[in-house]
Amino acid sequence: MKLLSLLRSHDDTKPWAGRYAPYDLVKELCIAVGVVALLAIVFAVVFSSPDEKPSTIAQWSRQMPVDFVNTAVKELDGTSGTAEYGPPYNHSSGSVQHFLFLHPQRWLGVSHPINTAQDYVLDPLKTIPDNPALSGAVAQYEAAPENTQKGWTEAYAKPLEEYVTAEEEKKPLPSTVSVSPATGVVNVASVGAGPVPTMMAGLLSLAKSGGVDGALLTSSQFFQTDYTKPLLFMADGGLLDARAEQQHLLGEQWGMMNETGSYPGQVWLWLYTLWYQVEPFKSSANADLLVMLMMGLLSTLFICIPFIPGIRSLPRRIPIHRLIWREHYRSTPGA
Amino acid sequence: MQHVVVAAIGAIVNLDHPAHIIEWHFIKLTVSNVIVIGLMFVAFFAAILLPFPGSGARREARRGGDKS
Amino acid sequence: MSVSPPRPKSWTVRVREAGVEALPPEKLLPDGQPTYVASWIYVFGVASIAALVVIIGSGTILALKGPAWWHYTGIGHFFNSIHMWAVELFFFAMVVHLWGKYWMAAWRGGRTRVWITGAVTFLVAVPTALTGYVSQQNFDAQWISTQAKDAMNSVGVGAFFNLTNFGQMYSYHVLIMPLAVVGLVGAHVLLVRRHGVVPPLPFHAARAGADVPAAVREGPSTPTGPSNGVA
Repeated sequence: MKLLSLLRSHDDTKPWAGRYAPYDLVKELCIAVGVVALLAIVFAVVFSSPDEKPSTIAQWSRQMPVDFVNTAVKELDGTSGTAEYGPPYNHSSGSVQHFLFLHPQRWLGVSHPINTAQDYVLDPLKTIPDNPALSGAVAQYEAAPENTQKGWTEAYAKPLEEYVTAEEEKKPLPSTVSVSPATGVVNVASVGAGPVPTMMAGLLSLAKSGGVDGALLTSSQFFQTDYTKPLLFMADGGLLDARAEQQHLLGEQWGMMNETGSYPGQVWLWLYTLWYQVEPFKSSANADLLVMLMMGLLSTLFICIPFIPGIRSLPRRIPIHRLIWREHYRSTPGA
Repeated sequence: MQHVVVAAIGAIVNLDHPAHIIEWHFIKLTVSNVIVIGLMFVAFFAAILLPFPGSGARREARRGGDKS
Repeated sequence: MSVSPPRPKSWTVRVREAGVEALPPEKLLPDGQPTYVASWIYVFGVASIAALVVIIGSGTILALKGPAWWHYTGIGHFFNSIHMWAVELFFFAMVVHLWGKYWMAAWRGGRTRVWITGAVTFLVAVPTALTGYVSQQNFDAQWISTQAKDAMNSVGVGAFFNLTNFGQMYSYHVLIMPLAVVGLVGAHVLLVRRHGVVPPLPFHAARAGADVPAAVREGPSTPTGPSNGVA
């Protein structure tokens, strides 16, 4: 009973029984539309709008061939971000988030299955015609037992990983990985990699021609509007990240609020992105779920402001209303 | 090429360059976002402080005069 | 004098009579407002609606020409710019409107649903904008979709709301979300028309309701409204 009485508003507002003055609502709306349209047109003429061209897998493979091959071999051996992600793409658990007893990501299941080895490497390679060496390599790989496949991919991936890490940490690059200036082929000094080098060379060549972009988009049907596969493949690599960092779009750059270039972005996301910058969200493996839950709670409280004691009475205590209604108070006896 | 020309003539003030960032403690905001937020505060305080037209008609109405 | 028996009411008649009772024409479109409606803060509500009109107008042009058009023509890029700036103006006006309404405690006098529909409109406008950002078919769309997908997936929503699925996001952005926003704004405005603009807080609002005379609270008690009798 006490809680109900606390939630019940002591609202003494009575219907207005005073005077009315003429007020043309339709004219006001027309003027408002005219003014806002004019402002939007002026801003459009003065500032225009951004349109950074999208990245493609072809560009990625040409600009960052080592990064591309490093990502591709991880897709093949199931250690990439997407391969280890979990629902809705697969049954792994690398990116599955939970909070206490809440496991919504698991509960909703795998609704957009992606087998990274098949989808990103083996199926695109099978679209390449008239290359017996490549077809043989793919067949050899598929026929091998799983632990043999793992041995091959690990042997190939290890020098690549060392190269990419050295590049990120701005250390001297190991000589085990090089890019041929003449052919653009990525040479990886690896022992016991089996058919993997041939497969990766074939995939890199296909990617540079735009074939992987096409293969990933039209894998199930001719007409396609779902870019999930090519986008997740690119997101597993470093090209999108590199462009985003240049444009101040990374999470730690408060990028959620930002637009490319110097355009104003989504300022209304300030509170959403702020949580990611502070603990315990910042270093949590479940940051996304925690932030979404926090914002869900705050949004609910926002909707329920009329019922929240303290918050609903703040306008009475901080009398900004005296500025808004000063003409009314001046003309009302006793105010 | 056409796209480059279109983009170039599309703006009098070119905002197609990496943003300048204002950093304060752990807060990092682009200059354009700070301007937008600042303008929101300016608009709010201007709205509640500036006199609203039509005071004459409202005074007449309070006195019980004709509304036209 | 004979009394005619009550006519059986058709659903149409019942809906019409309920509508007219809730919002008679003079209330739906009054030609006067209470004398306390005398501040520029009041224009930010209609400014939000105006921005929404410009968004829908420019968005309709973009939809008529298809999602690729604005990348390849100057006029298309111009309409995209209008659309983008109208969105910025929409959120700008909504935020200032929200601040004003909070400090006016505009939920008073039975106007809780006005506050709720307004708050929900703002919260629905955010994912509406998100579906637009991921429908741009440029680098920004690639980045936002691959990043924000983690938030959607973490709450399980990613299973049926796929930010990297352009076709789905474009459909949401062009049809489903605008219907939701327009529906909410419509409900919000009709509720304002029904209940009227919230009367002022008492001057001494912090101690109102206890010992502030009634005459101070709401003004003269004689109804002297325009011919519509809006209360």
